[in-house]
Amino acid sequence: MNIGIIVFPGSNCDRDVRWATEGCLGIPTSFLWHETTDLSSYDAIVIPGGFSYGDYLRCGAIARFAPVLNSLISFVDKGGKVLGICNGFQILTELGLLQGALTRNKNLNFICDRANLSIESTKSSWMKNYKIHDSISLPIAHGEGRYQCSNDVLKKLQDDDSIALKYAHNPNGSINDIAGITNKKGNVLGMMPHPERACDDALGNIDGKSILSTLLS
Amino acid sequence: MTFFTEKNDFLRLINSSNFFVEYDVLSSLIQEGLKQSDYVEICRRLKRPPNRNELGMFGVMWSEHCCYRNSRSLLKNFPTTGPRILVGPGENAGVVDIGYGQKLVFKIESHNHPSAVEPFQGAATGVGGILRDIFTMGARPIALLNALRFGPIEDEKNISLLEGVVAGISHYGNCVGVPTVGGEVGFDSSYSGNPLVNAMALGLMETDEIVCSGASGIDFPVLYVGNTTGRDGMGGASFASSELSKTSIDDRPAVQVGDPFLEKGLIEACLEAFKTGYVIAAQDMGAAGLTCSCSEMASKGEVGIELNLDLVPAREKGMTAYEFLLSESQERMLFVVKPGSEKKLKQLFMRWGLYVEVVGKVLKEKVVRVLYKGDIVADLPASALADDTPIEKHKLINSTPEYLKDHWKWTEDLLPKNLKDGIININDNLFISWNNVLLNLLSNPSIASKNWIYKQYDYQVQSNTVIGPGEADAAVIRIRPQNDFKTISNQNRGIASVVDCNDRWVYLDPERGSMSAVAEAARNLSCVGAEPIAITNNLNFSSPEKPVGFWQLSMSCQGISNACKVLNTPVTGGNVSLYNDTKKSNNTVIPIHPTPVIGMVGLIEDINKVCKKSWVKEGHQIWLLGLPLEINNNKDSRISLSASSFLEYIHGLKTGRPPELDLELEKQVHFFLRNIIKKCMINSAHDLGDGGLAVALAECCISSGLGANIVIPSSKSRLDRLLFAEGGGRVLVSCSDDQSLELKKYYKKISLEKSNSFSICNLGTVNHQNKLSIYQSSNLIIDIDILDLEDSYKNTIFKKITK
Repeated sequence: MNIGIIVFPGSNCDRDVRWATEGCLGIPTSFLWHETTDLSSYDAIVIPGGFSYGDYLRCGAIARFAPVLNSLISFVDKGGKVLGICNGFQILTELGLLQGALTRNKNLNFICDRANLSIESTKSSWMKNYKIHDSISLPIAHGEGRYQCSNDVLKKLQDDDSIALKYAHNPNGSINDIAGITNKKGNVLGMMPHPERACDDALGNIDGKSILSTLLS
Repeated sequence: MTFFTEKNDFLRLINSSNFFVEYDVLSSLIQEGLKQSDYVEICRRLKRPPNRNELGMFGVMWSEHCCYRNSRSLLKNFPTTGPRILVGPGENAGVVDIGYGQKLVFKIESHNHPSAVEPFQGAATGVGGILRDIFTMGARPIALLNALRFGPIEDEKNISLLEGVVAGISHYGNCVGVPTVGGEVGFDSSYSGNPLVNAMALGLMETDEIVCSGASGIDFPVLYVGNTTGRDGMGGASFASSELSKTSIDDRPAVQVGDPFLEKGLIEACLEAFKTGYVIAAQDMGAAGLTCSCSEMASKGEVGIELNLDLVPAREKGMTAYEFLLSESQERMLFVVKPGSEKKLKQLFMRWGLYVEVVGKVLKEKVVRVLYKGDIVADLPASALADDTPIEKHKLINSTPEYLKDHWKWTEDLLPKNLKDGIININDNLFISWNNVLLNLLSNPSIASKNWIYKQYDYQVQSNTVIGPGEADAAVIRIRPQNDFKTISNQNRGIASVVDCNDRWVYLDPERGSMSAVAEAARNLSCVGAEPIAITNNLNFSSPEKPVGFWQLSMSCQGISNACKVLNTPVTGGNVSLYNDTKKSNNTVIPIHPTPVIGMVGLIEDINKVCKKSWVKEGHQIWLLGLPLEINNNKDSRISLSASSFLEYIHGLKTGRPPELDLELEKQVHFFLRNIIKKCMINSAHDLGDGGLAVALAECCISSGLGANIVIPSSKSRLDRLLFAEGGGRVLVSCSDDQSLELKKYYKKISLEKSNSFSICNLGTVNHQNKLSIYQSSNLIIDIDILDLEDSYKNTIFKKITK
């Protein structure tokens, strides 16, 4: 497995993801500058958290025009694995690779905390190390993490078994307590919680290891 | 008499026949915050009158904010050297050696006045500014802390200030990707209208050499990097050096606007640039913008700098030379670089979307020369601006001011007698039970949990946060090079950091209060197992032109010096913020509580051994270290209810003299504490602060969800004193029965080596009954469900803000 982490000028969890995948799990990982277009040598791409191009408009609204994301669409079409964490999730919805949108938290404040989550689907290969209804706890840190979608989309997500993660105690007002979803095929996962912040024994919580360790070949 | 001479000099100067300038001297001096005597001095140094641009440059460079004209004589007494100190005061930030080739850079800075008129941007740019001080030295920022003060949040205006400041810090810190791991927040009416916003940043050196600010290399190019220059923040340094009034809101243009996205790029680009070896010197543009960075770089390097304003990237059209020179636009830096490297450096910065231009060169002649549209618009000796700045002479009153003499007369005997289950409140004559005293203290905003605030800060980013806000007495981050993704040895080391200041104590005794702030910071670090290394301080005071204001400042500096010497924590720099007074509409001036915030850093050898404040397991024993609970009536002056939270928040009395500080006692307790943590003899540690023993016990229960059964001894001393008195270098620890045996053995052992001035007393046990129960012999005095304690402690600030 070869992992590429997309780096925008405002990404700030790029190093954390690499520390988790390379430092904690030993998977070869490299950074991909946002102007790159060649993704052919990677098996999986992670879009990390942060503020891509400042996110002064809508989170991810500018990032979706980045050269690297053009290539990402064909990468996904060919079945490549993509994980969008936090800002990465926002970008994936802006890009249309995932449905719905992420809006300002219900209390209008940034929320940094630990969230208890339940595994709702193991359809996606990203979730293969879990069992349905497993409970895990992951860090969250976002200002615009309230997942929203129409009733039709929600129904489609449910029918396609695309709701991957739900909050046990909804922190941000997300519809149906949704914390993470996949595309229909299951190769793209977007989630607001940060699995990469929960991979290091030294920091106490390693509940996120199971997601990133699916990349161990 | 000097006054008259100065006045005469000034009049003689401006009335002399060969004196001619194109501006109105009197109104210009007022605008620049300069004195008539300054003007005389400037003319003497230049041997001519300054032009209007030059006067503006002197205005900012000679302000308290830039040159410490009121405080420099006091700051020079701080201890500033030690085996670990690599860079002390004077550079952008202090640098300490933390071993294994690693260097820690840290500093604190205030943004009080901007935050008072524009809380969001004021606080945000405060964070941006302190971060630039860190990465300018070649260090990657790894943590932020902040110390905040507001007026009571019963007042809507203070709520909106609090909300704005927190949102500003959250916006900037979260976006830039540096975790905000700790801080402290207090409320007092003296801060209504003049809130305090102090931001501290820590960084880990990423380049081999420390990047300094002194320019060198005659004719070497001067590079401008970062954001464009606009009209925002004009004259901010002068604005920060005068008192706030109703019309201060009109100074809103003096508040800068920050762009954390650009700063993030600037951090990465600067660190990359430093690693190329092309950068000779670097200086961020903070207060006084281009003026300050040019003159600092020139004067420190003992060279000159020529700056061509036509080459400076401008945000708006039609800016004058004056505006360019005094703009405080954010996210800008000035570099001196090796000739021939310009092209490569330009490419590097442009990749991060930053502006970059060669705007001048280093001169042999020691001047700051500014060109604009073909003319020389300023031409000043660099040292006149930056080095050889004026010092105000203030007379130090040699006896205690009257306001304090009255306060110091207060004694505990003036309180009503204790009843068995409570006390009569001196304010309203109503009975209040001990249970309710404790709940009231826990729900006072200054004591209550600040979770509503710190949950808005990303305290986890960078994946190194071992102890975040609210969990322990200090924040702890693991030390790991951020660009190294392979596990290496020595990766278990950590840095603990804390900001502290009991401003009520400083108000009621500046020297004692300031010593206590240093001691408390060291105690807090020791509670997580860290060895204190050094401090940075932020001296927030009222006007030094008032005798009491200057007395408070100078006594406080003395206190800090004393404590830092004994506790071996040199001062590596900091910030002075004076004129924190609010002028009311009826012309009365309200000074803030003197607030010398101490930011202290400490080293942890093994992050797996850190202690938090929560009890760990039921059945564990609870011990009190420090001065014991008294059983007789011989009042130890090192413990007291005077100046306590109990006295202010329950009885409404902000009075009395804070307890005496025994630095030797503190030192012994801290040493003992660090060793028993290192030897794994205890599982939790929490110091007794605001609200004394009862509040500390409640906090340990709340954070663990475990109850405690406490027995305090029968005593001739007042019960409220036993429960709520403050002082005495006290710390609560918990451990198993086996560990307790070890603990007692170890205490005895070191008593034999050196007589201990402190004791260890068993107070009770941790239990699973979900209650905090405190008995005196067999009488149950306090008995409260943890859920009730938690509700008072955790929800107060949220409820008050969202009411």
